[in-house]
Amino acid sequence: MKLDRRSFVGSTAATAALLAAPAAIGQGRPRVVVIGGGAGGATAARYIARDSKGAIDVTLVEPTRTYYTCFFSNLYIGGFKEVADIGHTYGRLASAHGVNVVHDWAVGVDRAAKTVSLAGGATLSYDRLILSPGIDFVEGAVEGWDVGAQNAMPHAYKAGSQSELLRAQVRAMPEGGVYAMVAPPNPFRCPPGPYERICMVAHHLKAHNPTAKIIIADPKPKFSKMGLFQEGWADHYAGMIDWIGPEFGGDKVSVDPAGMTVTIDGEETGVDVCNVIPAMKAGRIAELAGVTDGNWAPVSAYDMSSKADPDVHVLGDAAQQGDMPKSGFSANSQAKVCANAVRGALTGSKVFPARYSNTCWSLISTENGVKVGASYEATDEKIAKTDGFISKTGETAELRKATYEESEGWYSGITADIFG
Amino acid sequence: MRKRRGRGSAGPERFGDRVRMVRFRLVLVLAAAIAVHAGPRPAESGDADAGRQAFDQCKACHEAGAGARHGIGPHLNGLFGRAAASHADFIYSGSFLRLRDDGHVWSAETLDAFLGNPDAVAPDSRMTFDGIADAGARADLIAFLQSIGDGTGMALLSGSAEDHGIDPAVLAIEGDPEYGAWLSGECTTCHRADGGDKGIPSILRWPVERFVIAMHDYRNKRREHPVMQMIAARLGNEEIAALAAYFANPAE
Repeated sequence: MKLDRRSFVGSTAATAALLAAPAAIGQGRPRVVVIGGGAGGATAARYIARDSKGAIDVTLVEPTRTYYTCFFSNLYIGGFKEVADIGHTYGRLASAHGVNVVHDWAVGVDRAAKTVSLAGGATLSYDRLILSPGIDFVEGAVEGWDVGAQNAMPHAYKAGSQSELLRAQVRAMPEGGVYAMVAPPNPFRCPPGPYERICMVAHHLKAHNPTAKIIIADPKPKFSKMGLFQEGWADHYAGMIDWIGPEFGGDKVSVDPAGMTVTIDGEETGVDVCNVIPAMKAGRIAELAGVTDGNWAPVSAYDMSSKADPDVHVLGDAAQQGDMPKSGFSANSQAKVCANAVRGALTGSKVFPARYSNTCWSLISTENGVKVGASYEATDEKIAKTDGFISKTGETAELRKATYEESEGWYSGITADIFG
Repeated sequence: MRKRRGRGSAGPERFGDRVRMVRFRLVLVLAAAIAVHAGPRPAESGDADAGRQAFDQCKACHEAGAGARHGIGPHLNGLFGRAAASHADFIYSGSFLRLRDDGHVWSAETLDAFLGNPDAVAPDSRMTFDGIADAGARADLIAFLQSIGDGTGMALLSGSAEDHGIDPAVLAIEGDPEYGAWLSGECTTCHRADGGDKGIPSILRWPVERFVIAMHDYRNKRREHPVMQMIAARLGNEEIAALAAYFANPAE
């Protein structure tokens, strides 16, 4: 009988799948629990379920029913997308691939008992656990700000309602108002993200509020695609954007959410919108699982397994893996390596050597896209960069348009690859 | 005003780093647009010679003329009067199969509609083609396609590079589709596994040799695109063959 993964949730096919996995007979199917349904977790769940053809029982724990991708959420803030364009649901993971999707919070991991406890009270057992929880913020990272202030001063670094709030605040800015961004220190999710966001906010303001100003307080002397962004700011948003690096006190920042002020190097400024992007750390469950060292979870470059526990894998932003940026593309790439390794360990399927790649596109202005990318290999020490490229300053409008169209194609491709 | 960090000038130079995707970008200058929809036989007013020039873009995927074979797309001999998706020896996307089931037959009129707005006629096909907005340019192309007839009277037009310079032994490598399936994960982050082609070309069901030549061209930097050159740079001959074998007949 040829297995049809579209129907194996039916009892007949499921039985056949069980028989196709001799290792599982007598002890039930091996169980994989994936925590976090973003680019890392959903890809891993989908690939393991799809490629094991039912031989592995895959449960995905994700609190939200609609997942808003952080990638392209800046384009939403800039008015190039609507919020529905960046929302994805989990129905196909369940219906096409048989993933057991549980909408709940994972609140604990017992690595000795190999169980995950959920906020709803249930306990899930696993043979392999995959943690892909994304980011949380370091407490006290920006003086005066905590998560309780995220409505007054949104981070919009977990997409969805925060993105909607920030977009609404930008659109409601008074004429000639001030938008401030507190940029995060390295390492953080989506290295070009804050600077693409500046472009998107500036794009909106240029059309609707051209005398408005943008201030960025940045603790870093350099940032991703810096030359490309600075060229774009000068060419398209001249006189609007003031980037304040650490040389001029951009690393000495406090905020007052009640008074809507930002103090940079002792100089207080009243602002209309304040986008605070604090320092980041691995999503809390990684810490609860005891696989973090400092803010992040160290992993093996060969299979993304935790250095603390070979039966736990950590993907994406939460992982400390070496040279890859914390991006959706990276998480998706890492998930495929992890899925292949987990499937091999649980069913004896062939395990191929790890290979990783990443590309990050950013939008500067209408149909003006740039990109940076690299390929990577696994070494004993880390995931190590082997090759790379970056868009150049002074490219033709035709090439920038093609790059933007390519980014649209990539979004369509990767979201299909993640969510089915 | 705060102290502002200085920055260097962007530099006036223009880089010749052009992306050439397998994608139609017709730039045709025609004095007058012809009201194609109004006339029953628009091709009569098209210029087949101009259409022949335009076909250079099509032949990246479609062959025509004596001895034409299917390539990335089906050959285009004997197109007129034929039902959509009617070559038994070509694997069509679902989009064209639905057209066939709807009784779609290729004529000057139906081709004009398709070439004008391919997404409206055959949504989500694997064909990497944005459409031709200019009605006169479409008429020229249709006139040329009509001049092909059954192809026997025309020299072969083909995008298959004869001078690819790839060792026949490399082209003859039998790829391992299972290995290709693993490697394909690096491709499907961008190239849609269902063949959709918005912004990024479809690579589904390409003839093996065309796939292998394309990847070697990226690896040798004969074909431009920074992402593809980087991806191809670390693919060995066996890996390229494996990917070609997998994408020629991908798992459903």
